[in-house]
Amino acid sequence: MRAALLFLLILFATGAQAHKPSDSYLTVTVAGSGVQGQWHIALRDLEFAIGIDSNGDGDITWGELRARHGDIAAYALARLTVALDGGPCQTRATDHLVDHHSDGAYAVLLFEAQCTRAGSALELGYSLFFDLDPQHKGLLRLEHAGATRSAIFSPETARQRFAMEQPSRIAQFLDYGREGVWHIWIGFDHVLFLLSLLLPAVLIPSSQGWRAVERFTPAFWDVFKIVTAFTVAHSITLSLAALGVISLPTRLTESAIALSVVLAALNNIFPLFQRRRWMVAFAFGLIHGFGFASVLADLGLPRDALLLALVGFNLGVEVGQLAIVSVFLPVAYKLRQTMLYRRVIFFGGSALICLLAGVWFAERAFNLKLLTL
Amino acid sequence: MFMSYNAGILLGLLMVASTGVAAPYLPRADDEVLERLPSRPNDPPMREIRRMRDALAREPQNLGLAVALARRYFEQASADGDPRYVGYAQAALKPWWDLQPPPIEVLVMRATLRQYRHDFSVALADLAQALERDPSDTRALSLRAVIHLVQADYDASRRDCARLAPLVSELIATGCVAFIDGLTGRAGETQDLLNRALTRATDAGPEQKMWVLMRLAEMAWRLNDPRLAEEHFRRALALGITDSFLLAAYADFLLDYGRPREVIALLKDRTRADPLLLRLTLAELAVGAQGLREHQAALADRYAAARLRGDTTHEQEESRFSLQVLARPDEALRLAQSNWQVQREPRDARVLLEAALALRRPAAAQPVLDWMKRSRIEDWFLERLAGQLASLKKDGA
Repeated sequence: MRAALLFLLILFATGAQAHKPSDSYLTVTVAGSGVQGQWHIALRDLEFAIGIDSNGDGDITWGELRARHGDIAAYALARLTVALDGGPCQTRATDHLVDHHSDGAYAVLLFEAQCTRAGSALELGYSLFFDLDPQHKGLLRLEHAGATRSAIFSPETARQRFAMEQPSRIAQFLDYGREGVWHIWIGFDHVLFLLSLLLPAVLIPSSQGWRAVERFTPAFWDVFKIVTAFTVAHSITLSLAALGVISLPTRLTESAIALSVVLAALNNIFPLFQRRRWMVAFAFGLIHGFGFASVLADLGLPRDALLLALVGFNLGVEVGQLAIVSVFLPVAYKLRQTMLYRRVIFFGGSALICLLAGVWFAERAFNLKLLTL
Repeated sequence: MFMSYNAGILLGLLMVASTGVAAPYLPRADDEVLERLPSRPNDPPMREIRRMRDALAREPQNLGLAVALARRYFEQASADGDPRYVGYAQAALKPWWDLQPPPIEVLVMRATLRQYRHDFSVALADLAQALERDPSDTRALSLRAVIHLVQADYDASRRDCARLAPLVSELIATGCVAFIDGLTGRAGETQDLLNRALTRATDAGPEQKMWVLMRLAEMAWRLNDPRLAEEHFRRALALGITDSFLLAAYADFLLDYGRPREVIALLKDRTRADPLLLRLTLAELAVGAQGLREHQAALADRYAAARLRGDTTHEQEESRFSLQVLARPDEALRLAQSNWQVQREPRDARVLLEAALALRRPAAAQPVLDWMKRSRIEDWFLERLAGQLASLKKDGA
């Protein structure tokens, strides 16, 4: 009878596995000698291993889970060893959360590991639930220096070693360079500031107002001086802010940046500085540098390669700027005689920039929300 | 800065939305229910398992206790469809698992657990070793008959059924042969034989009756006799055993005959088991029902998780999902072809034909068409697909 019953069950069991098998999801982040971890462990597995449903009603509540947090951390962390370059790390639970995956609720154990030394090789030993369920697997996501890789722990691959390559200097440099280009592209305020200063480059003031320049060379040098002055200025403040020499409140610098755009555009409509616009570029460039610095801070600066990142980012910004200028200048030069340029683009564009930057200024200075972009 | 900040948030939102990652959170109240266990710890089956587990913990070297517990776990895996129990069964047998050779009970159990994970070749090696030591081990014989059948080795399966026949009840012996005959061109006479054996087997338990009725229903369905199939399915369902394989088969039957609304009514509360969730999703797709998006996303997540851990037991169902829900016939064909290397039952054949037809690539279906000819299977649905593929070939030529 036993045999017959088993026969039947086997016939039924040759389909797909009906449920998801037992997995845990382990994310480990390494930075220097510090290791951070986030470990998602299925409540069903914890129930089988140490018992969570204390009142036995078949429902696991947050209260029941909370009461076992200490035991869960002790049980799980005793089954995970972390070492950097052979130096063992002390693991410690820092928080407990909950998450839902496609097959049910998971306890989320946050932990940190303090290692005796920083190293270039991480060794992980994983044995959670292997004694209870040899089919259990630990799915690892390892994050280090912006790179992510994955691995699977099973009883056969319970100990694994991960060489953590330092990202190459060139790759890091190019990375920050790309961020710089990207930032100038999406940083409308910087672009509009630059354009406001460049719009008059193909025109010269006269007693009857603006008239077109006759040759390309003076226009080119005008642009060259403005862009260089802007670059030098924002490089100075960007470096000082990134190195922590000067620090200004973001709201102040952001408002000042918006104001600089307003003034630069107004200067085209009611000219004050006509010949030495490079000085304006320099003065306001100092302010824009603080804006770039806050982006760089958001990206996170590598302590060991600060200068590299700084130069890379800055050069990226310049490349982005040059791309804009190299499109702007030939077009503006070509159109400089036309009414379209002088009336619509020059005056209309300046007025529009002025208006837009004015709104930004109000928003940033007074913490309003006027435009939804 | 203003723009870049917003762009950053937008980018972040897009990334979260596209990967469907929910963030870990802190529940608000102690009485918030996080998880409903499939069975209460004090339900009789769970109490029995706990009793056996405690007994084994006291005597971890007791082979009898270990094998009994492993078997109990395996039954639970089959009933619930939860593969965790297969792992627990393996753990119970740990002291003997890697012995050269293990005791014969462990050998057969090891083969059972390995076939569950579709490791058919190692399972067959275990069974050959077991049957060398005891040629009349009914569990080893019946398991090997099934594996051969799944792999379309009908002669080998028939040999095992013949050896099994004198050792088991008439219903099981008839069923063993009938299952092969039903796939090899003798479906008509087989139905009568099995029907008569079922009528005579008054002492058979409800599980056995359900199994025979389900096979009878499938035979009638393959012969495109929906009225008879429906009758068998109804009798099987009336036995009152909730079995996910029976529900999946009945749902497929309903889908084949354009009755998706009944599938939704049948399965709407059974989303935990992947095969049932697939049928529910297909039914929702057919009628444009509400839960479709959510269920589609959940299935995609589960298949992705299975792939991540290197589990290929889902390939046949994922092929159906890829073809019908995602409309990605190329992926469906790849999965169906990979699945066909491992399993060769009618439903495995069908997903491959359907994918090949959707791609208008009759050549890709050739291995299945060859199998149909060799086995002489009578299956109205497979024959219709083969006919469509053949006319495609003619058009192409």
